[in-house]
Amino acid sequence: MQPNQASSAGTQTELQSLLPSGERRARLRRWRSLKDQMSRYGIAFAGISVVLAFTTIFVYLFSEVGPIFSSASTEQQQTYQSPEQNAIFANLERYGEVGLVANKAGELQFFNAQTGEPGQKLQLALPEGASITSFSRGEPRSGIIAFGLSNGQVLVAKHEYNLSYPNDKRQIVPVVTYPLGETPLQLDAKQQAILSLAVQEGPSGTAITAFTADGRLSYNLFEAKTEFLTGETTLERSEYQLPDAPKTVLKMLVDTTLQNLFVADTQGNIHYYDIRDPASARYVEAISAVKAGQQLTALEFLVGSVSLIAGGSDGSLSQWFLVRDEHNNFHLKHIRDFEQHPAAIVQIEPEYSRKGFMAIDAKGYLGIHYGTSARTLMLEPLGEQLQPARIAISPINQSFLAFDKNGTVQHFALDNAHPEVSWKAMWNEVWYEGRAEKDYIWQASSGSDEFEAKMSLVPLASGTLKAAFFAMLFATPLALMGALYTAYFMAPALRGKVKPTIEVMEALPTVILGFLAGLWLAPFIESYLSAVFSILLLLPLMMIATAYLWRYAPEKLRFALGHGWEVVVLIPVIMLLIYLCVQVSPVIDHMFFAGNLRQWLTDNGITYDQRNALVVGIAMGFAVIPNIFSIAEDAIYNVPKHLTQGSLALGATPWQTMMNVVLPTASPGVFAAVMVGFGRAVGETMIVLMATGNSPIVNFNLFEGMRTLSANIAVELPETAVGSTHFRVLFLAALVLLVFTFIFNTVAELIRQRLRQRFSNL
Amino acid sequence: MKAWFRTGTPWIWLNAGAIALSLVMVLGVLGLITVQGASHFWPADLQQVKLTKADGSTQMILAELVRTEEVSATVLKDSGIKLETQAEFYQRHLLKMGNRDLYGRDFSWFLQPQLSDWSQPENAIVIERREWGNFYGFPLRLLQEGQVVAEGDKLLTELQQRIARANEIYQQIALIEKGDIGRINKKLEALRLTERKLQLAQADAATLQAHKAEALTEKAALDAEYAALQQQLEQLYAATKRDVLLVQSAEGKELEISLGNIVHAHFPNAMSTTDKLQHYVAAIWNFLSDEPREANTEGGIFPAIFGTVTMVILMSIIVTPFGVLAAIYLREYAKDGPLLRVIRISVYNLAGVPSIVYGVFGLGFFVYIMGGSIDALFYPESLPSPTFGTPGLFWASLTLALLTLPVVIVSTEEGLSRIPSTIRMGSLALGATKSETLWKVVVPLATPAMMTGLILAIARAAGEVAPLMLVGVVKLAPTLPVDGNFPFVHLDQKIMHLGFHVYDVGFQSPNVEASRPLLYATALVLVILIMVLNLAAIQLRNRLREKYRSESD
Repeated sequence: MQPNQASSAGTQTELQSLLPSGERRARLRRWRSLKDQMSRYGIAFAGISVVLAFTTIFVYLFSEVGPIFSSASTEQQQTYQSPEQNAIFANLERYGEVGLVANKAGELQFFNAQTGEPGQKLQLALPEGASITSFSRGEPRSGIIAFGLSNGQVLVAKHEYNLSYPNDKRQIVPVVTYPLGETPLQLDAKQQAILSLAVQEGPSGTAITAFTADGRLSYNLFEAKTEFLTGETTLERSEYQLPDAPKTVLKMLVDTTLQNLFVADTQGNIHYYDIRDPASARYVEAISAVKAGQQLTALEFLVGSVSLIAGGSDGSLSQWFLVRDEHNNFHLKHIRDFEQHPAAIVQIEPEYSRKGFMAIDAKGYLGIHYGTSARTLMLEPLGEQLQPARIAISPINQSFLAFDKNGTVQHFALDNAHPEVSWKAMWNEVWYEGRAEKDYIWQASSGSDEFEAKMSLVPLASGTLKAAFFAMLFATPLALMGALYTAYFMAPALRGKVKPTIEVMEALPTVILGFLAGLWLAPFIESYLSAVFSILLLLPLMMIATAYLWRYAPEKLRFALGHGWEVVVLIPVIMLLIYLCVQVSPVIDHMFFAGNLRQWLTDNGITYDQRNALVVGIAMGFAVIPNIFSIAEDAIYNVPKHLTQGSLALGATPWQTMMNVVLPTASPGVFAAVMVGFGRAVGETMIVLMATGNSPIVNFNLFEGMRTLSANIAVELPETAVGSTHFRVLFLAALVLLVFTFIFNTVAELIRQRLRQRFSNL
Repeated sequence: MKAWFRTGTPWIWLNAGAIALSLVMVLGVLGLITVQGASHFWPADLQQVKLTKADGSTQMILAELVRTEEVSATVLKDSGIKLETQAEFYQRHLLKMGNRDLYGRDFSWFLQPQLSDWSQPENAIVIERREWGNFYGFPLRLLQEGQVVAEGDKLLTELQQRIARANEIYQQIALIEKGDIGRINKKLEALRLTERKLQLAQADAATLQAHKAEALTEKAALDAEYAALQQQLEQLYAATKRDVLLVQSAEGKELEISLGNIVHAHFPNAMSTTDKLQHYVAAIWNFLSDEPREANTEGGIFPAIFGTVTMVILMSIIVTPFGVLAAIYLREYAKDGPLLRVIRISVYNLAGVPSIVYGVFGLGFFVYIMGGSIDALFYPESLPSPTFGTPGLFWASLTLALLTLPVVIVSTEEGLSRIPSTIRMGSLALGATKSETLWKVVVPLATPAMMTGLILAIARAAGEVAPLMLVGVVKLAPTLPVDGNFPFVHLDQKIMHLGFHVYDVGFQSPNVEASRPLLYATALVLVILIMVLNLAAIQLRNRLREKYRSESD
């Protein structure tokens, strides 16, 4: 210690005082107290920062997950006079910089969407005396629009926004092209006015459906053919008259596959025509899409042109799409309803890259809805004195224009980042586009914009529970019985060896267990499936039989081994049995299962994957055994000795003591052990990743694979876009795992602490 | 019998059986990995056999026998094989035929009846190649620039000498490619970045111009250096192509193999046991010290070992001070109460939280948030390509440090709690301050516990793969994270990892059968590493317990 060193230095010079001078002592004291303080604050800083770091995990995961449950919001940014008072069509470019309106006079007016300043203006080449009687817009992303004229002619235009970056600054140049020629096409030979029109670009060309003033419905397909030799492009036209035209037409829609035509009449019915083969087009059915007494006021496709959104005069909004029935025929089915608007729907504006849409009604309410999740993210009046007649959303859902009845345009910023999921959609069956019925599906991403993200957590959660269940089924009996024996019956010398061995098992990297399970165990089980079952069945019998026979073993041997060494006898027996079962397995297959159990299962309607729940159960069970064993063994071993001695002294057999005294006392600890094991099985990643096929399906078949929450994170997280809904849902999966295991472990820990206290009181 | 059941003895035996089965499984797994992993390097004999095909034609095959199994006739029929004989069970052999360039695949199953006339010709050669896997066949002549230099008996010694020469040249090439050219590339990149930095800082035109001029001269010098190296490389490559070995495959096809393409050649059938042993040791050494080849399915695992060790060391440097200090804080300084209990239980429980959760946190918080901020602050010149805003060594270490923190805290706390309070009081009674008591009396006594915690943390970190898949490992890292270029330890680089190597090669590789032995060997290395660490920790813990048991009594 420092004072002593100082004093020994002092003795060399003077002998009067053994202590250093008072001043020096005070200095030393101050220095020591300073060091004491520094150490205190340093340690406190480190300790608290570690606690904070752990808290950050929770806080951060919650903060990443939070936004998926928040609703949408809008913010009004600019207001200006509309460049066009009687717009029949409006459009907004991706970055919210350029807008487009079209009017009845055939003028296309581009304008600056921030200021309202008019830009390029185009006049369509309308023939003398003809006026525009109808308008149609194809899939919004394609930018294709068509105008129907009073003389039976049609003009198709396509608008695009060309992006370039001169001097690192964004420049947007709007362009209009005419895919079917700049002069109008004579669609109707009888020169009847076209009252309603549907245009769409499909794989086989451009389709135009027209409803004429005299009540005829015609379908026209224009195919651009390039001459092989000259390179000249000619337009080939085929015209078909469709049967059973409705009396009135509100709106017509053709999907992008050019296979289905939907016609809404003013009475509230949707008529469905099958036009897969236009020459023999078929009227399939008419379905009332609104309540009795109400009318349809708007009908629009969602992106991908599979789902229809129907808006009624009562403000109702519903989603419809074609569903295949058992005879392979398609019928239009009601899928879901959205929150009702207070007045008749005026316009439905679909989003460009998601299954969402906006709707405005006659009272000026704006609704932001989403198809898959059936969410209504917003339903509010757009502004106090606003009466929007038309809206246009930007393709990236970040802004929209509202054209007011009084001739102004409002530019709104839109924040609607994560409408795709809702708590309900994640845990309930959802009817996805193109599916025959509601289902739980996890299929979160695809390359296409039209793709409907299916993010049901049920397949993953059930896969997690399935894997954990089979693992626990395998591990719990082995670990608990093993713990019982090791703690209470095993010879102490042997226990000293066995316990560390099992604990070493805990340290075995799971990637190695997964690798063995996937590349060694899975093929092994596949070829020796009957051996696995015969081992499971025969092992316990064999153990009891050995116990019985052991009584007749030579006395010398029995005494040499004594009690507590049964394991040593059993190990060779078990190894022998496993060896025999594997050897006999082909014979069993041959005798009972037509030579191949795996094939036999498949023939009997049981799907068999090579990497299945059985493999996972064994491999993950193997990983969980040491966790359960170690905690349960501790709990049983620490039961006070005087309890067992008392029981034995009263004449109970060791087994009776075990079952009636030791086990009840230690049971909370045993329970805690199982909980900890389950917690580990739920979160295990590498084993399930490597030993299952990772297909997210809902079933509990022992011979099929699964995909767990953790494996799903490992597979998908590196490939998702940061901040996307998919990304956040994966974070949610992580959060679910964290909270779940945290609760399980906490309860287990509390039980153990309680137990420890009880033991110390006994 | 009934009475016997009533005594409970059979149930005791059943319980004994459970633990016996667990032991059998543990030992079985360890044994399986050891046998499969260690046996791969033993030079197996080459078997020459005659294969009779279904159409009656015959073909000679030279191959290694990998394994043999019994299959029932039904299984074979189900998989579409026509059988001529009526036996119920067949033996089938998996042969490694090598010569992927000739046969398209190097492993094949054959039924016992198809194969006849097994022999082990003395002059059969195994050539380990840099491309196309192994070659099995017979050497004919050694050519130097088209002239025969050796054949027959002299071939063996001459061949080995010349392979050694070619390998030496190869090492030089690697040295130039990895070392010198890598250095030049780094300098060029640094020049570009400095310029970009000046632009971003909106330096005035004069400075920019000055730098540009400077950079141009420097770049010219580097380019010249590069050109010289390139020329040197070309010469070296030409030199590796000097010698060519003419070989013949089992079915009689002649083939020229450039010595530059040969890693190693040996005649397994002519080797004595001592030769084989020597070869065995050398093969293990090569496996541990070489770089992987052919999409990780061949060659060694040195970068993976190196990456694992670097990451674990970095993790230990982070986790030790924080873990130990946090434990001391919780045990010695924090005020006892319900809050402390909650914190303690939470910290203990974090050890049981799935590791993938830490990976998710690491990716989101460390990589994207912290890394993104670091990039924006310190490396704006290299954006949009991220420096720290992407998974890498440092984030992997930090994530694993967080993951193993509870292990160190729990272990240290346990060590601290085991120190008898009498010792503490003695120190305080002698007038020592709390910190003096702590650092000079308590902590030294608890060091073994801390060591135990650290070793357990290292063992856990070394075997953990799931979080690393998100925060920093890759299947093939072109360079090691530690090299001779400033700042020597590249924290932003991605690394290779033994555990991930096992996952990647086993489940993402196109040729699983070929890489299987290497997988077992890699797994064995990992298991040995972790077992040694764990056993050390257990030993240390046991010794510690004994020590305090005697002192506190």
